[in-house]
Amino acid sequence: MADDDREQSEGAVSRRAFLKGGAAATGALSATLMPGVAEAQLPLAKDADPRLTTVDLRVNGVAYRKEVPNSRTLVEFIREDLKLTGTKVGCDRAMCGACTVILNGRNVYACSMLAVEVSGGDVTTIEGLGTTDALHPIQQAFIEKSGFQCGFCTSGQIMSTKALLDKMPRPTEDDARLLMSGNLCRCSAYKRILESVMTASRLLQA
Amino acid sequence: MDNFSYARPATLRDAASQLGREHNRVMLIAGGTDVLGELKDHLREPERLVPIRHLKELQGIRPSRTGLRIGAATLLADIAESDVIRQQAPVLAMAAGKVGTPQIRNMGTIGGNICQRPRCWYYRNNYPCFKHGGNTCFSAAGENDFHAILEGGPSFIVHPSDTAPALVALGATVRISSGSRERSVPIAEFFVTPRQDARRENVLQPNEIVTELEVPSAPAGSKAIYVKEMVREMWDFALCSVAAMVTVQNGVVQNARIVLGGVAPRPYRAAAAETALVGKALDEASATAAGEAAVQGARPLAKNAYKVPLTQAVVKRALLSLA
Ligand code: FES
Ligand code: FES
Repeated sequence: MADDDREQSEGAVSRRAFLKGGAAATGALSATLMPGVAEAQLPLAKDADPRLTTVDLRVNGVAYRKEVPNSRTLVEFIREDLKLTGTKVGCDRAMCGACTVILNGRNVYACSMLAVEVSGGDVTTIEGLGTTDALHPIQQAFIEKSGFQCGFCTSGQIMSTKALLDKMPRPTEDDARLLMSGNLCRCSAYKRILESVMTASRLLQA
Repeated sequence: MDNFSYARPATLRDAASQLGREHNRVMLIAGGTDVLGELKDHLREPERLVPIRHLKELQGIRPSRTGLRIGAATLLADIAESDVIRQQAPVLAMAAGKVGTPQIRNMGTIGGNICQRPRCWYYRNNYPCFKHGGNTCFSAAGENDFHAILEGGPSFIVHPSDTAPALVALGATVRISSGSRERSVPIAEFFVTPRQDARRENVLQPNEIVTELEVPSAPAGSKAIYVKEMVREMWDFALCSVAAMVTVQNGVVQNARIVLGGVAPRPYRAAAAETALVGKALDEASATAAGEAAVQGARPLAKNAYKVPLTQAVVKRALLSLA
């Protein structure tokens, strides 16, 4: 994503930043057709730009409203606009699972959805589970069983575990393998991830 | 990813009215799992995306006179888990459950799954091949490990969908709308060979939207399975897959549908394999014969000859599991 877009979406309070973002967003057309137009003559109404949309999203119980370029992915919205950086980006192509979050009760790849597409939705990220002082039982289980090595895939693994256990509180190991199959672990901690899922199921029953 | 215009249409008619006369200027987005990959890799750079997943005309699984009507925006996860689809069209539920991963099935729709673009690495790396409007298929004399062994040429892509072979086996009908005009196309005619149209995989016009799939119930007493062979156990496209549906009465096969995925530019109905089965007992000998018949006429490329015995084995294994 272009720097202009980033500047735009991070609040975009300054008029200069807005104009810069707007010009970038409308692209070659405004740049070539109106090379000499003074800033003051450019349109003021941001919402009139069909390439920007105001997104409404509940994330971890908090309502956010933000205008972003239509091309903003959900994971960019979460990490860059909301600064919730617990969700990771590995491949950015629905091929690793690091970006997994829960959208309206289902685990999804936040790298492969647009923020505008999920506007009106309800998202839970890793920050919505526990805190360092009060861990969620799933987080506790991953720590107890060392369900990770480097930890990069872990927030995604934990969000898939949450979706899995919400749907099926007492999975068999085979159920768990199947429902965790959309999260790769480059460190190959799979055996311990599976133990963590099964332990989390027990902790949540207790 | 370049930016684009975007506005949620209120109705199917509104959505269709935003579409133009070219395929790539305005693009539909449903689940987006394929579209966003194409946009990020600049395979297509549309001015506008038209979202359709929310449209009420595209929702729901309803009974019909002959079976079920499935809205094109139905999520693959909901198809895999639907009790009524499991009962009436089990091969479709099985195939939907083999797509990608739980996350992809939570995002992707059935309409998108049958309309997805090929996975050919030349296409995905933006080589100017037929699919990009060019006049050549780089796989023909290039890296063709995963390409077509049947119905290939002049393009050698394989159709990547899992649900498509199941829908062909069931004899589904695709409902299509351009807003002002509706039409129904039998699914076997929905997909095209590269000889019919090397640039596209189906008959959908730039101003048309797949709205619904009419899926007849599987014949009474039939058994079905979807088997998918991949490089790894999951999260991949098929090297070869088979949707097999067989009705056995008094120990004899009355009716068989065998449709292959991953080996041809469209879901491939292996008619010779079906013929080889009908009138026989479903056993090792007839399953082997059907496997051999399934690859009749196969013309492997330099690096994909392995798909011939693989397909034979997958067909045989699928059938024996139904015996
Ligand atoms: S970052 Fe989304 S799946 Fe890899
Ligand atoms: S812990 Fe390192 S990638 Fe999974």
